[in-house]
Amino acid sequence: MTVAARLARRALVTLGLPLVLVAVWWVASANSESFYLPPLRRILETFADVWLSARLADDVLPSLLRLAVGYLAAVALGVAVGVPVGASRALRDVVEPVLEFFRAIPPTVMVPILILVAGIGDTMKVLVIVFGCIWPVLLNTVEGVRAIDPVLDETARCYGIRGAARLRHLVLRGASPQIVTGMRQSLSIGIILMVISEMFASSNGLGFTIIQFQRGFAIPEMWSGIILLGLVGVLLSLVFRAMEGRVLAWYHSLRRSHRDGGAA
Amino acid sequence: MRLRSGLGRGVAGLAALCLLLELVPRVGLVSPRYLPPFSQIVGELADQAGQASFWTALLDTLRGWALGLLIAVVAGTVLGILIGSAAPLRAATGSTIEFLRPIPSVALVPLAVLLFGTDIRSKLLLVVYASFWQVLIQVLYGVQDVDPVARETARSYGLGAWAQVRHVTWPTTLPYLMTGVRLAATVALVLAITAELVIGNPGLGREIAVAQSSGAVAAMYALVLVAGLVGVAVNVLARVVERRVLFWHTSVRGEAPA
Repeated sequence: MTVAARLARRALVTLGLPLVLVAVWWVASANSESFYLPPLRRILETFADVWLSARLADDVLPSLLRLAVGYLAAVALGVAVGVPVGASRALRDVVEPVLEFFRAIPPTVMVPILILVAGIGDTMKVLVIVFGCIWPVLLNTVEGVRAIDPVLDETARCYGIRGAARLRHLVLRGASPQIVTGMRQSLSIGIILMVISEMFASSNGLGFTIIQFQRGFAIPEMWSGIILLGLVGVLLSLVFRAMEGRVLAWYHSLRRSHRDGGAA
Repeated sequence: MRLRSGLGRGVAGLAALCLLLELVPRVGLVSPRYLPPFSQIVGELADQAGQASFWTALLDTLRGWALGLLIAVVAGTVLGILIGSAAPLRAATGSTIEFLRPIPSVALVPLAVLLFGTDIRSKLLLVVYASFWQVLIQVLYGVQDVDPVARETARSYGLGAWAQVRHVTWPTTLPYLMTGVRLAATVALVLAITAELVIGNPGLGREIAVAQSSGAVAAMYALVLVAGLVGVAVNVLARVVERRVLFWHTSVRGEAPA
């Protein structure tokens, strides 16, 4: 098979089903009289009108900014707390049940509590995201630091690698595959919390706008919002995967070489 | 020995947290209007436990969780084994699954409200959508992990399609499936309570929203505490079920002290 033919085949396999599904939706809904299920053509027309306008700056951007601030703060805090906890067995024994309890609280129920404490402004929404996103990062960091190869640890000690260099090259590096796993779990939680915190009490944002459309029975607009949220989710997961590929390139190639070595 | 001292420290940690939650509002670091002392929260919890409405709400939440999880697990397992067993099918659906999976389930909230109102079906829609992918992805991994030699052997011995699934695919997939179920159980609870909170389906989440809007701060904290305890119970239950179902598997057998 030539390269072109192979590429064409791959494109067909990758895009085939999505195209068929969209086509089915398009055709099936084309003459839809149902109030709740408008034709896809109308949804897409509305999409451009609704979102490629001032709303992009007024609603989409603030949402994403809050998500970014909350998410990054949660990752920084989670790692900062997770490293000392993972390094000390005594500390781990003391705080682990507490952490497990906090992790088990469905993060959305913190919205009413944080409204009470921080009002309904940006602070509340960022805090909700921080509270929800921190636990997967924290607990995975603890696991990662705990599981650092003792031989590596002692080698580093023999070479006199201490302090910041030890933290950077041994602890954070060694725990990074686990930390990234935690960050991936946190990202999907963060998106959920971004939307929920805005649905609850807000004056702007994606979640707020979509709920407004639904309450006003602006059905095609509501559908376009659902599609936009879906796109945001997909896009962020693609960005995350690209980041993961770069940061953990060493780890994936290490695992590959281990596997191949084992098979040979 | 080690286990016991660890347990003691863990209890000490939890006790310290309770003490902190008691002292911080009492000393005045945080106004009791925002965070009532822990003893008051526990008192409110005892109060709630005496009311039938609390237990109805708890049962409503658990029913939505269990039903949604069941639907997601059955659908995820059946579709996962079907798709995973046929290479062309797996290739053709790969991109679609990768696209649909990261769509946040809460995007469906407005749709669920319009279609079903506060009926349990709107809660189920969110719960099933969120937990289905967790199961499906794990089952797909599991089916891919089947030893090709075992599969070829089964085929040469003339095992039918059903027997192959039963005796070759299933035992390999089961540990992956249980991981998926464990993840899905947590996600399903989050979405069940979230649905109650924002849509207003009967359950713990709605009780929390009601307590918040009526300014019953202690009750709100008591219900959040219950939500956390239910979360812990779900995690523990999922782990116990996983160990029970996989008692024959090396990952579980290996954990027993030799």
